[in-house]
Amino acid sequence: MSEFPHKPTRRTVLKTGVAGVAAGAATVAAPMFFMRNAWAQEFCNMPTGGSVTLGFNVPQTGAYADEGADELRAYQLAVKHLNGEGDGGMINTMKPTMLKGNGVLGKKVEFVTGDTQTKSDAARASAKRMIEKDGAIMITGGSSSGVAIAVQSLCQDTGVIFMAGLTHSNDTTGKDKRRYGFRHFFNAYMSGLALGPVLESAMGKDRRAYHLTADYTWGWTQEESIKNTTEGLGWETVEAVRTPLGAGDFSQYLTPVLNSGADVLILNHYGKDMVNSLTQAVQFGMRDKQVNGKQFEVVVPLYSRLMAQGAGENIKGILGTTNWHWSLQDDGSKAFVKSFGQEYGFPPSQAAQTCYTQTLLYANACETAGTFAPPAVIGALEGFEFDGMGNGQTLYRAADHQCFKKVLVVAGNENPTSQFDLLQVVEEVPREQVTYNPSIFGGELGSADAKAC
Amino acid sequence: MDAILLQILNGLDKGGAYALIALGLTLVFGTLGVVNFAHGAIFMLGAFCAVSINALLKLEQVVLDPTQTTAWGTPLEIRTPYIESWLGEWGTLLIQYSVPISILFAIPVMLLIGLVMERGLIQFFYKRPHADQILVTFGLAIILQEIIKEIFGANPIPQSAPPLVAGSVSITETIVYPYWRIVYLFFSLTLISGVFAFLRFTTFGMVVRAGMQDRETVGLLGINIERRFTIVFGVATVVAGLAGVMYTPILPPDYHMGMDFLVLSFVVVVVGGMGSLGGAVSAGFLLGILQSFASMNEVNSILPGIDQIIIYLVAVVILLVRPRGLMGRKGVMED
Repeated sequence: MSEFPHKPTRRTVLKTGVAGVAAGAATVAAPMFFMRNAWAQEFCNMPTGGSVTLGFNVPQTGAYADEGADELRAYQLAVKHLNGEGDGGMINTMKPTMLKGNGVLGKKVEFVTGDTQTKSDAARASAKRMIEKDGAIMITGGSSSGVAIAVQSLCQDTGVIFMAGLTHSNDTTGKDKRRYGFRHFFNAYMSGLALGPVLESAMGKDRRAYHLTADYTWGWTQEESIKNTTEGLGWETVEAVRTPLGAGDFSQYLTPVLNSGADVLILNHYGKDMVNSLTQAVQFGMRDKQVNGKQFEVVVPLYSRLMAQGAGENIKGILGTTNWHWSLQDDGSKAFVKSFGQEYGFPPSQAAQTCYTQTLLYANACETAGTFAPPAVIGALEGFEFDGMGNGQTLYRAADHQCFKKVLVVAGNENPTSQFDLLQVVEEVPREQVTYNPSIFGGELGSADAKAC
Repeated sequence: MDAILLQILNGLDKGGAYALIALGLTLVFGTLGVVNFAHGAIFMLGAFCAVSINALLKLEQVVLDPTQTTAWGTPLEIRTPYIESWLGEWGTLLIQYSVPISILFAIPVMLLIGLVMERGLIQFFYKRPHADQILVTFGLAIILQEIIKEIFGANPIPQSAPPLVAGSVSITETIVYPYWRIVYLFFSLTLISGVFAFLRFTTFGMVVRAGMQDRETVGLLGINIERRFTIVFGVATVVAGLAGVMYTPILPPDYHMGMDFLVLSFVVVVVGGMGSLGGAVSAGFLLGILQSFASMNEVNSILPGIDQIIIYLVAVVILLVRPRGLMGRKGVMED
């Protein structure tokens, strides 16, 4: 008796072999979207162990080091909350949310940091290092539009998602937008739209404006946006002068303002430039001046509390816009201020809020997509509508990856009650009023295809 | 006409700061032969003397008020400067006048810093090439900057001018100018005159000038010229430090402010002539005024960006025409 009742013949062996090869080939050629988590090993830095690494790229040295330190504090707090430590912060107020406080997709969140030095080349180098050496699956942070645009472009090329920190230039989600880049912070165009009605009611329609503008991408787009708004109100632009970044002494740029016939000075400056130009404008008596029968006014379109501290008493009563302020009374803001204040002993800055929110939004998108694969995470972020993060109902617009939410018009506080109480919210401008057509800035998002490192 | 007068004032003001820093640089180079790239950092340290005095005077007594809470749920801190609790209105006055008070503090502190710097580091580089001196002093400047940033942070820290000279003054019907900038201009002129008088009319100054001309012969006369040059280094440090103290109400100080002035001051020294005190001062004011005029809209509309390169352009032209600078001695830095 044979040991094999159905003894294989040469023909059956061949048949089976051909069928096996065909099945194998079919498996390899099968479209990947048939399977969940089918991007395995197909995208850059796919987490394989029990943890996932995020890359926090912030200015740790240079002029924005204090702002960078606040961003880092916020990131550390976000990691804590994502891993289920602390009081949970905005995870408790975010709606809708898939976050459970058990890491992201069950993996513990870890982080590495880089120093942007607020220089594009240094920021790209530190982001590259975090991606290539540290295995960061997402890069976030920064305090400058030049840096954001440079890092965003690198992230598009390497297939790693970039959640921008503080960047206000229209270009970040305008002509330089990228599929892998997302911005929660507002932009210069939105500042203009929010400020317009407030400027009209505070200063009227018959004004002559003089712009001093920082000579780089953010300054140019802000000048253009604010000019659009003020000229739309009927104001005349007397002059728009570009000043070198980090000029220090602005006296030679300020003195021509005095005899120009302008009755409003608009300072398109940020950081140290804003502190210096505003301080010196006040020293030149501009706030006590009467021109054309009107009180001379100064406007600082982009405010930051950390910068306001540097300008001291000079900011009192001066109008501007900000992304968020710790005095807001919605549930999300209160939860975040409480967590941050108890952890560090002082309230968070707008940079901290945007960075914290971006981390939670990325984590939530991964949970929603059920994978870390960038194309799916990008899909989950595009068009995502949420609330409870401090700025009311917010939309991550799919067309340009710009968040649309309330914008705050603020003024320097006349009677501060503490060293942090420097800005007063004048108006919370609704999202509808600051929403614009994405086509006005051009640009292409590019491909969402996953890339191997 | 008003615009021109305003730019002259701006130029004199800015030139005052350049001249004070350049004066110190020239003194050190003329006496010790050292190219001191840490001189800008010394200007910054002077400014932070004012910040420190202001912070000391504002030291606060913190009382927790359990009836009120912060936004993050801790009891509200009520902060009152000790000096106001102890001295009442006099305490407030002392805080308001912290910048002039800082001058008294800055003189000994900056002198000490200068002497320690010279004895502890610079003296070992007298006979080394200028490249070595530049490297070591530049490194020192970076170290000093980072120390200040670690202590005071990276953001500018505002300092107020005393109420008596705060705000602006009307020079003509249409020209207003900040009081403190006028004070600064007179202060820099006084300090420059003081240094010149010290070198011109005192025995010490005479010996130093002689040493600058011919160090070896002065040494042969039994005079310890090295010790005097060490003191000159201290004097140069005090001059830069005081320039920094007085500049704080004009420019809120931050750790990097020295570097912003250093490069321009070196150009001033080179244009004025290495080792020439008069040249440094004249070039300081000249370049300050030129820079202000180049920033005028009328000039910029014809030559865009000229305000950012004018100083370097002038330096190139002067060095091509007169390599030793405006008032430099023949042979100095020409080899």
